[in-house]
Amino acid sequence: MEKLHFEFKGAHAAGHFAPLLVGVVGSGNLEVLIEPQPSSGACAVDIMTSARGFGPIWEAVLRDFQDRHGLADVSVSINDMGATPAVVSLRLDQAAAQLAASGPRP
Amino acid sequence: MNRSFAESTARERIEHLFDPGSFTEILGPSERVMSPHLAQLGVPASFDDGVVVGRALLGGRAVLVAAQEGEFMGGGVGEVHGAKLVGLFKLALRERPAAVIVLAESGGVRLHEANAGLIAVSEVMRALLDVRQAATPVLMLIGGANGCFGGMGLIARCADYVVMSDIARLAMSGPEVIESSHGVEEFDSKDRGLVWRTTGGKHRFLSGDCDALVEDDIAAFRAEAIAALGAARPLSLESLEHEHALLAARIERCGDCSEPVEVWRRLGVLEPERVGDLDTAALRALRSAF
Repeated sequence: MEKLHFEFKGAHAAGHFAPLLVGVVGSGNLEVLIEPQPSSGACAVDIMTSARGFGPIWEAVLRDFQDRHGLADVSVSINDMGATPAVVSLRLDQAAAQLAASGPRP
Repeated sequence: MNRSFAESTARERIEHLFDPGSFTEILGPSERVMSPHLAQLGVPASFDDGVVVGRALLGGRAVLVAAQEGEFMGGGVGEVHGAKLVGLFKLALRERPAAVIVLAESGGVRLHEANAGLIAVSEVMRALLDVRQAATPVLMLIGGANGCFGGMGLIARCADYVVMSDIARLAMSGPEVIESSHGVEEFDSKDRGLVWRTTGGKHRFLSGDCDALVEDDIAAFRAEAIAALGAARPLSLESLEHEHALLAARIERCGDCSEPVEVWRRLGVLEPERVGDLDTAALRALRSAF
């Protein structure tokens, strides 16, 4: 197992929201928990993954995600059971979509 | 639209089975009450340890709810997972909900956690029986792809009322376990027809191990759960002795059968070979006839 941490600057502050969870820790799948982290100005990502040695790929997938959404003041926590980069991208977008739908941001 | 119970996650099942927006979670993912064992073994844990618990409304009535996530460790009951279930049943003694409703999907004890998981299962059984003793009904809804096996199968049969879909399975030892301990001649776990004939919802319904048989549709489970809210069965010496007598009669009647079709025939099903092709409505009509 490997523990990874990344942090990306973001412009769109998420404001207050109830933590939200998407996905399941199943084979080839992952869960993504997004929580508010007021005034951090960043999107902080913590990952626990069953697959070792994929740090650079995680960073690339997360940078793509952050380029699309530019989230700030959030923390993203991931438990991963060997999901492919495409599945990770879809789960992250699903979480961002739910975050956008969960209420107006101040 | 028909929403498959089997293909939904634990959280989706809760969202669509109970009154819209009524669910509030206890020990949600942000609390991070997670397995202390899995990380030591190098296995990723889950923020809710594979079971979602909380309060909800069902047809306007307050209920306590648990839903197991079959995709995470096959729904295996670990130490934290089991403690969340025990806590929910203990809460029921205080809050007196209209029912405790468990959306069960589990292969049984989570083997990674060994004794902690075994103890958890027995604690859940004790807590469940305390709730029944207090005349609060416990309902088991079984419809996940992983079925309900091992310790969770035992827990399910401790409940007042069991609802299954025709694609659901309920048993003690799973097919692979039987095959590896008794040999493929005894039980071929690759024979899907055999697996469903011996553990599937139709067989459990005909043999009386489950009380209601529904389609794989969350709305159908919801309707049965609402109908069963008043279904508390008193837990008494008489009811236990009655249950034992029924089981003894079943062994007497069907103990030498090697094939469920023969069991159904002896139970009074005409043309038991057709059971596999019948839909749930036809199955319900069949059972009401004997």
